[in-house]
Amino acid sequence: MKLTKLALGIAGIMLLAGPAQADGSDDVVKIGVLSDMSGTYSDLSGAGSVFAAKKAVEDFQKDHPDLKVEVISADHQNKADIAANTARQWFDVDKVDAIVDLVTSSVALAVVNIAKEKNKVALVSGAASSALTGKSCTPNSIHWTYDTWALANGTGKAIVKTGGDTWFFITADYAFGHALEKDTSAVVVANGGKVLGSVRHPFPAQDFSSFLLQAQASGAKIIGLANAGADTTNAIKQAAEFGIVAGGQNLAGLLVFLTDVHALGLKNAQGLIFTEAWYWDQNDNNRAFAKDYAAAMGGKHPTMVHAGVYSSVIHYLKAVAAQKGDGDGAALVAKMKEMPTEDKLFGKGSVRADGRHLHDMYLFEVKKPSESKGEWDYYKTRATIPAAEAWRPLAESDCPLVQK
Amino acid sequence: MRAIDERIVYAIMFGLLLVAPTLIYPIFLMKVLCFALFAVAFNLLLGYVGLLSFGHAMFFGMAAYVAAHSIKVWGWPTEAGILAGAAVAALMGLIVGYIAIRRQGIYFAMVTLALAQMVFFFCVQAPFTRGEDGIQAVPRRPIFGMIDITDDVTFYYVVLAIFAAGFFLVHRVVHSPFGQVLKAIRENEPRAISLGYRADQYKLLAFVLSAGLSGVAGATKALVFQLASLTDVNWHMSGEVVLMTLVGGLGTILGPVVGAGIIVSMQNYLKGFGEWVLVIQGAVFVIAVLVFRRGVVGEIAECLKTRGAGGGSTAPHAGSGSSH
Amino acid sequence: MMTLLAVPPQVLFGQLLLGLINGAFYALLSLGLAVIFGMLNVINFAHGAQYMMGAFGAWMLLEYFGIPFWGALFMVPILVGLTGIVIERLLLSRIANLDHIYGLLLTFGLALIIEGLFRQRFGISGLPYANPIPGGINLGFMFLPWFRGIIVLVSLVVCFGTWFVIEKTKLGSYLRAATENPDVVRAFGINVPLMITLTYGCGVALAGLAGVLAAPIYSVSPVMGSSLIIVVFAVVVIGGMGSILGSIVTGFGLGIVEGLTKVFYPEASATVIFVVMAIVLMIRPAGLFGTAR
Repeated sequence: MKLTKLALGIAGIMLLAGPAQADGSDDVVKIGVLSDMSGTYSDLSGAGSVFAAKKAVEDFQKDHPDLKVEVISADHQNKADIAANTARQWFDVDKVDAIVDLVTSSVALAVVNIAKEKNKVALVSGAASSALTGKSCTPNSIHWTYDTWALANGTGKAIVKTGGDTWFFITADYAFGHALEKDTSAVVVANGGKVLGSVRHPFPAQDFSSFLLQAQASGAKIIGLANAGADTTNAIKQAAEFGIVAGGQNLAGLLVFLTDVHALGLKNAQGLIFTEAWYWDQNDNNRAFAKDYAAAMGGKHPTMVHAGVYSSVIHYLKAVAAQKGDGDGAALVAKMKEMPTEDKLFGKGSVRADGRHLHDMYLFEVKKPSESKGEWDYYKTRATIPAAEAWRPLAESDCPLVQK
Repeated sequence: MRAIDERIVYAIMFGLLLVAPTLIYPIFLMKVLCFALFAVAFNLLLGYVGLLSFGHAMFFGMAAYVAAHSIKVWGWPTEAGILAGAAVAALMGLIVGYIAIRRQGIYFAMVTLALAQMVFFFCVQAPFTRGEDGIQAVPRRPIFGMIDITDDVTFYYVVLAIFAAGFFLVHRVVHSPFGQVLKAIRENEPRAISLGYRADQYKLLAFVLSAGLSGVAGATKALVFQLASLTDVNWHMSGEVVLMTLVGGLGTILGPVVGAGIIVSMQNYLKGFGEWVLVIQGAVFVIAVLVFRRGVVGEIAECLKTRGAGGGSTAPHAGSGSSH
Repeated sequence: MMTLLAVPPQVLFGQLLLGLINGAFYALLSLGLAVIFGMLNVINFAHGAQYMMGAFGAWMLLEYFGIPFWGALFMVPILVGLTGIVIERLLLSRIANLDHIYGLLLTFGLALIIEGLFRQRFGISGLPYANPIPGGINLGFMFLPWFRGIIVLVSLVVCFGTWFVIEKTKLGSYLRAATENPDVVRAFGINVPLMITLTYGCGVALAGLAGVLAAPIYSVSPVMGSSLIIVVFAVVVIGGMGSILGSIVTGFGLGIVEGLTKVFYPEASATVIFVVMAIVLMIRPAGLFGTAR
């Protein structure tokens, strides 16, 4: 016990003494999955992200058998301070080279800063805030799966164009909710709609009745839910209790995951329209991944966050193999931006200078119960949003890495 | 003899703390020191005045926010940020203390808890705290413009100096005439009043001092982790500092330091056990109340006292902290 | 359409109803606290955790045994009350002669243990509990979901039932006497320790009942009790511990105050009760219905 402590301490000091020199690398590439293992987002990320990361390592090692990779994981409980502590200790003491998933925007924002400070790598799949490739972008981080701008652009546009032109937002009160509300408002206004008001709820919240009453009173045609996970499903259920949809107003879930639809049931969720990056039933590769996932995770199916973790880990390992070292985080991320991306789940794509991974996005609609062939058969594709249109134009980004 | 004993113990403690960063992860050590200072400040109130505040997180957390905001957003120097945090905490202590000392004992605990919850909700909503995100990436600017504290080991020694200053301040206060009056109020308030002491004013002053020092601890913690978040103002934090003090030993100078060390290590090394940490903390609470009311340091002192007859106590009134 | 200070009536009445529901929970919980404090001189910090146990009890009965809400409404308070009796016998009775603060600390520890166990087992996100009476009625000025109306009714019945037992029956008179002077009551040959144990059990059962009522509307979560209990503490401080009726009236009253704040100044709705507490402490330190002790 004492010896291990001593060793840990000395390792820590050595790392502190010269983190930037050489490449500080060792034989093993160590990937840390930092996620919400027990809370609101544990179904859409959590243990499934650990599975996805391990699966990516396994698949990559088929072609590169001599690359040693280790995957560890921890629970950040959606708290930025716990995440920051863990990340620091992982980088300083446990010699972690890259942290992946990072669901919850407050957590992601905290960890990308630490990755930059320690010159390591942060690959964000679970978090949404578009600030990660905006004013908070770093040379050590990539935002992989989706962001609030893309969600707003996909869903907001589609709804305004079909007549939902007055909006009221119920917003989760943290970086993600704020960003989603801001980005969606901009899309609504740009397409000729109007935002009548908004109310912010604590995260996570159980009781939405008071917020729903305010939304009801606003008279807006669309009540935009700028929240995620259990918050969204609770709000949708309670809206039914208060007769809001029966009263002629419609709910728009701006960030809905497969697991949320599962929790709501098709009866409650049918007809919801939203934007996502990935769906398990789109092609054979995806279905094969989902099959393995379901076998390992007790029948659950993967979300786009899990697929994003897989895809980002594959691309990271490619860069490590190309660079022959895992020490210099910024150099690795630069390499990842230089190489085109390609893997079996996200297909071909690229990483932009601001750290945005570019790929197609999809507008999905939840099936009616009669249309579904069984459990987890939930989505039909309404539209494909090509990569060129799906993401915030580089010119609008306030990322300091982008030269203008 | 007693004074010499105390000095030896202090010397050993600070000696160990001076070499500790060569063996142990400095951020962990800094965390222990911040909580130790917090617990020492808290114990000034519970151990020496007999007032159980269940809301000390409001001073700790608010000072963290004030320091983080003034340093990050307003660009204040590090030392000014910490002082600002402490000043705001002390001012809050004045207001909260003024309201809370109207009630004693258990009501005092409930009132402070409720007021702390009010501060918590304020922090959830106020824009400057940035809600769930917290104030992140607080820069560590050189102290007095000279000492570079971006390196963790260097900063550790700064934190150690802050802790030592707070520790000896409390030590001085407890052994001053002011501290004697506080103890007299704890033992028998009506009697102290009849002797002409304005008990309420003494209590208020102790409360403000305790709040201010808690503020120093919170502000320092914000710099250690470069983050101020809602965790620091949450009622769990108030509970933790009570636990640290109780486990270490109420009304002993060293007790809170030992207690902070125990609880923070426990949280750190049991992290892998997830929510069991909470269960274990609760169990420690229950056990401490049922069989261990003197705390670790109090029990050791009691042991030494009974063995070395007439050796005097290093722990004045250990465990009887709140008897009336 | 009728408007009051430019507030649409469905918002005003809607928030008032929500306030009344919150008030129902405040009243049930502060009543339990007051009953326990009266006999044991302990502020039961575990009250929030026991309320949470009530909600989980309802969830588990439904999930594992298929027992519906109405069954749970009667069974869960008894079960939670039994755990309270065990806690009193095993733990609280041991510290009866110590300073009251130790009772607070002990029950605080218990609250952590209970919350931690449930978090360990169920995670911290809520579990859904289906609304036993879905639907509602449009009253014209507002939409009233049936179940939320029933919560207020049940709570009122239970609160005034408890008040009646304590203030108007013989059993209640023993209780009140034992609160005032346990030694004298003991001298009359009444088993005071048993009475204390049962009182704690009943107080805890009230918390369990509140939990069952909360399950369908707030979803069942291990952390649902811990923030609520602090608000209830403030309610208790405002009302003063002296009177059963006082704690009921204060509970409902503050719920309504909170609801009104949500209409007219929503930003302050989370803090208004604490502000009221500070003001009451300045003017009447013993609380609205309290006597100085």
